[in-house]
Amino acid sequence: MSMDDENFLLKASQSMQHALQRAAFGLDEGEHHGPIESAPKAQRAAVLQAPPVIAVQDLDKSFWIPRRAARSIGFQLRHPSRAARYRELRSLRGISFEVHQGEFFGIVGRNGSGKSTLLKILASIYRADAGRVRVAGRLAPFIELGVGLNPELTARENVVLGGVMMGLTRREAARRLDAVLEFAELRDFVDLKLKNYSSGMMVRLAFALMVQMDADTMLIDEVLAVGDASFAEKCLEVFRQRRRAGKTVVLVTHDMMTVQSFCHRAMLLHDGEQRFLGEPEEAVLRYYRLNFGAETAVGGDERPAIKLLDTWLETLDGERIENPPHGRPFRFHLGAQARELLPEPIFSFQLVNVDEVAVCGFSAALHDDDGEPRSLRAGETARLAIEIPVALVPGRYSVLCTIAGRPGGGDTVLHDVRVAEFLVMGSEPRPGMVSVHSEVHAEVLA
Amino acid sequence: MNGVELQDVHGPSALSGGWRRMWELCLLISVTDFKRNYFGTALGYLWSLMRPLLLFVVLLEVFTHVLRIGSGTIRHYPVLLLFNIVFFGFFQEATVTAVGSVVGYEGIVRKTQFPRLAIPVSVVLTALYNLLLNLVVVIVFLFVYGVTPTWTWILLPVLLLLMAVFALGASMFLSSLYPRFRDIGIIWTVFVTALFYATPVLFTLDLARSHSRALARLIALNPLTPVFELARRWIIDPTAPLPGSAATGGLGPFLVSVALFVAICALGVWTFRREAPRIAEQL
Repeated sequence: MSMDDENFLLKASQSMQHALQRAAFGLDEGEHHGPIESAPKAQRAAVLQAPPVIAVQDLDKSFWIPRRAARSIGFQLRHPSRAARYRELRSLRGISFEVHQGEFFGIVGRNGSGKSTLLKILASIYRADAGRVRVAGRLAPFIELGVGLNPELTARENVVLGGVMMGLTRREAARRLDAVLEFAELRDFVDLKLKNYSSGMMVRLAFALMVQMDADTMLIDEVLAVGDASFAEKCLEVFRQRRRAGKTVVLVTHDMMTVQSFCHRAMLLHDGEQRFLGEPEEAVLRYYRLNFGAETAVGGDERPAIKLLDTWLETLDGERIENPPHGRPFRFHLGAQARELLPEPIFSFQLVNVDEVAVCGFSAALHDDDGEPRSLRAGETARLAIEIPVALVPGRYSVLCTIAGRPGGGDTVLHDVRVAEFLVMGSEPRPGMVSVHSEVHAEVLA
Repeated sequence: MNGVELQDVHGPSALSGGWRRMWELCLLISVTDFKRNYFGTALGYLWSLMRPLLLFVVLLEVFTHVLRIGSGTIRHYPVLLLFNIVFFGFFQEATVTAVGSVVGYEGIVRKTQFPRLAIPVSVVLTALYNLLLNLVVVIVFLFVYGVTPTWTWILLPVLLLLMAVFALGASMFLSSLYPRFRDIGIIWTVFVTALFYATPVLFTLDLARSHSRALARLIALNPLTPVFELARRWIIDPTAPLPGSAATGGLGPFLVSVALFVAICALGVWTFRREAPRIAEQL
């Protein structure tokens, strides 16, 4: 790894920590994100003193993926050996960790890294091939919101059924009915069948059910991915409460902000291997490093034809900043080095908000002195500086980068790689995606 | 919560979470399924009574007037026919529904942790509720046709238990293999129809013997045959031969059918236990 890489990573780490500290110390006064709690080291140390409630040792898990979709008896007879019919997919290898009581434990990793499989093994949905898994107390898995909700049944029946599914007795589940309906604000619809619910009501019911289960340990897989902003806020509020109440939570997520602001520790999985376990900041950093690294190639190549060196933000005066202030335009910088010849490279970027909605897009080609498109030869480095003149409303944003070898989307070498993430600080929430400064004339006519 | 012991997690199984939880789940699922079957139909639960009745009328017409099988030779033939159809209907409903049941519950199997056995058990329970309702009709007809009540009527729960156990054994076998061998679904619908004719439903074993000894011998091997023969003797006609007696082909075939009964149930338990831990991965 070159010095450039290290510098970039250091920077990314600082950027994240700053964002966090700002949020934690109230520098970010915006109610837009809500106050974010940080996980100071002292607190982490205290949590690690607590007894473990989940202990995993040398966990292995493989899946046998059928080579053919059809599973007829004829096919099975013609191919009696398992190896001929299936290929082995090693999903988890040698995973060992402990989660302590009261800990908020994050599991991060890219798609297919084995996060969800690990959660399902903890939840007793899959069986491990080797290794030992031990848990203490009642564990409530939330692999997907609203699983087991039956559209043909009423909310009342669903709450009881859902509760029993999750390990309560029928009486306990019935006792929780009121609390669930209260939380979901669905008291008036208790005897309405779920198929007549709106999707929003359904999500509220499912979430209320999950929250009111009050298990000793919650296993959560990407719940924040569904629902709108107010739902996400409600999720975060529940996380805060559970943290304060000293409940144990194991959280699988792609949302690095959540990891940093809630988790005491985080584990990074990659290709089924445990790459890191420890401070969430470090885990997030390594997660970004993976996204930047060799594995982001399009088409399954080991190394993409271009290597991202660094990215940063700066004001129009050239001062480097971690997070642009609200209402001020800023510049986005990116450096990339070609590994192979790119005949006529096109760099495209998308600025997306927290809901992954594109706010704007911009693209750039390389030109020689005569204004003709030029190529990028192996070893050459391109530096791009892009001014973003729009005033973004306060919130969290990411920049996705796509690089193609030639115009028209041919020879894509990188596709939608998340190259930067930042917060726009601001004091008041605003509607829409961009702030437009407009003069308003108003007068009162007599 | 301090001092909570760490306990080993072995992953999903047929019975994870203990009997109590398993039982509550089965009751809950089967009752809601049962309600759902009749919800939205104009006649509701009445259908559960009407369905066997209508089928009975058709078969009675065919077998007493067109084919003339048992009307003269078998005592209380119409009510025996009704009883048998209701009984076999239970087995058919339970097993045919059970085949695809684990796959049908895919959503919860893959995403929640619960005893996998709850699925086939609740399917059998739902069918059992239907059977109980149907038996109400049967009992009415027992009186209508002037069958004299005997003390053996109190043995009806034994017959129900035998049927339920066998249906559950078959259901466990079918539902656990179906995710891997989808052909089973089609094979079973054909097989169960064949089984209908290989079971003394429309006829009795001694009647079959008077027509073809070889055929009767085959029918006597059917694990369901002794149950139906017992039912006939206990409920409808106390003079009917006991299973295993000379009139029904002797002790040999009877013992084989009992052995098959036990073997199929054991096979069901064995395959289900074997498949349950990994069933979520195969869906």
